[in-house]
Amino acid sequence: MITAEHISKSFEGHTVLDDISAEFETGKTNLIIGKSGSGKTVLLKSLVGLHPVDSGTIRYDDTDFTALGFRERKAIRRDIGMIFQGGALLDSSTVAENVQLPLDLFTEQSEEEKRARVEFCLQRVRLRNAGGLYPAELSGGMIKRVAIARAIVLNPKYLFCDEPNSGLDPQTSIVIDNLIHEITHEYGITTIINTHDMNSVMEIGEKIVYIHEGRKWWEGTKDDILQADNPELNAFVFASAMAKRARANVFSGR
Amino acid sequence: MLKILEQIGRYTLLMGKVFSRPEKMSIYRRRIVREMEALGLDSIGLTAIISVFIGAVITLQMSINLESPFIPQYLIGYATRETMILEFSSTVVALILAGKVGSSIASEIGTMRITEQIDALEIMGVNSASYLILPKIVATVFFFPFLAILSILIGIAGGYAISVLTGIMIPDDYIEGLLYDFRPYSIVYTLIKMAFFAFIITSISAFFGYYAKGNSLEVGTASTRAVVASSIVIMIFNLILTQILLI
Ligand SMILES: Nc1ncnc2c1ncn2[C@@H]1O[C@H](COP(=O)(O)OP(=O)(O)OP(=O)(O)O)[C@@H](O)[C@H]1O
Ligand SMILES: [Mg+2]
Repeated sequence: MITAEHISKSFEGHTVLDDISAEFETGKTNLIIGKSGSGKTVLLKSLVGLHPVDSGTIRYDDTDFTALGFRERKAIRRDIGMIFQGGALLDSSTVAENVQLPLDLFTEQSEEEKRARVEFCLQRVRLRNAGGLYPAELSGGMIKRVAIARAIVLNPKYLFCDEPNSGLDPQTSIVIDNLIHEITHEYGITTIINTHDMNSVMEIGEKIVYIHEGRKWWEGTKDDILQADNPELNAFVFASAMAKRARANVFSGR
Repeated sequence: MLKILEQIGRYTLLMGKVFSRPEKMSIYRRRIVREMEALGLDSIGLTAIISVFIGAVITLQMSINLESPFIPQYLIGYATRETMILEFSSTVVALILAGKVGSSIASEIGTMRITEQIDALEIMGVNSASYLILPKIVATVFFFPFLAILSILIGIAGGYAISVLTGIMIPDDYIEGLLYDFRPYSIVYTLIKMAFFAFIITSISAFFGYYAKGNSLEVGTASTRAVVASSIVIMIFNLILTQILLI
């Protein structure tokens, strides 16, 4: 479980996160949703320590992450996998080298063991024969898969995904969402996903935190999000024509 | 002025991070070899082309301007050699490399910054500054002096070729000049200078890339700044090093 307690963050006087508290549960896909610019990426990067928070506490299970120094954090870093908005694969390395890098850094495995593990992870995200390609040769969906493979190669306890399906078609998006969902349950990972895609919310939103202008506005599950009576959240949830129609059904069915 | 001081402060902090103890030597070794290829081997062609022409032009200029019965012809070979060794093959080649290598380092690292590749490394617990920049510094500091030697040899050969081709002077006189009053220390001086310049180009360009933010437009700006800043610093250090090493 990852817990945020009253975290705030501002950049040069501009407040981006304002007193956010939330719990992200183990073995579930926890979603952070909100409009573009609401502070999702900053929240995610604050949780993993890429942005130091101005105040507040972040706990990884029983460890107070905010109190640790760079060296001590390294132990926790080993248990963290992260998928960035654009994939963030190293351009100058092949797919296989990208996935292998965490193994090189954190383990003393032999080359064969490492290669076998890389192979396994690439298969897990259903990518075969792509190990020798460079990131520039991949499609957007493949990049996301490689990023997932790299994020899970060390069997992380915590997985962070910043808009894992941005820039993908709806069908591929669902494939990626389901892949993350599956992996989360298979290994009992605490997964936190940023998204503004309502499809993802309805598909894998086991726990949802809604952020609006840097503040937590609502939390709940995909089952109560359609009934929520929060005007900002409703505007977000029912923005698309399809969702509006779904809402009409929900209310007429009641 | 305050801004420059602030930049120097940030640069110093970054270098502190670069030289803090690297984590796993084996990974660095592989990267150093790669960087030697990318930053060093790939610069051989450019260095060679420029050097051969400059060597030829110096010889040509000298023989046109020093056409006088009182000046022995071998002095032309001597002058070509001294110019190549003392200034051209270190300072001028370094300026050219600042353009080629410096801009490529700044845009490579800048792109990694804005596409979150650096964040991805940090998440893995990697000291990204050291991982990305140290191999480049080591590779260029070792490789660039070799480029300086190459430049000297090719420049001198260029001078010889032009004297044979145009007949503007007797090639044997040129050779005699090359050997006249040769002090090996001037080569040492050049190598030391070039190693310094390599450090300047690589570290400054990496600095501008590492702190790039925004979009690809700003990566372009960062890479231009990197070339300008490293060229200026090269000129300043050229003066300082010449003062220290030769006088
Ligand atoms: N490094 C930074 N320095 C200054 N301001 C920043 C920085 N990073 C983000 N911000 C600001 O924080 C706010 C929230 O940005 P953030 O990237 O978290 O939005 P987001 O919810 O992830 O949006 P999107 O869905 O478009 O990715 C924005 O106003 C942005 O300008
Ligand atoms: Mg974002």
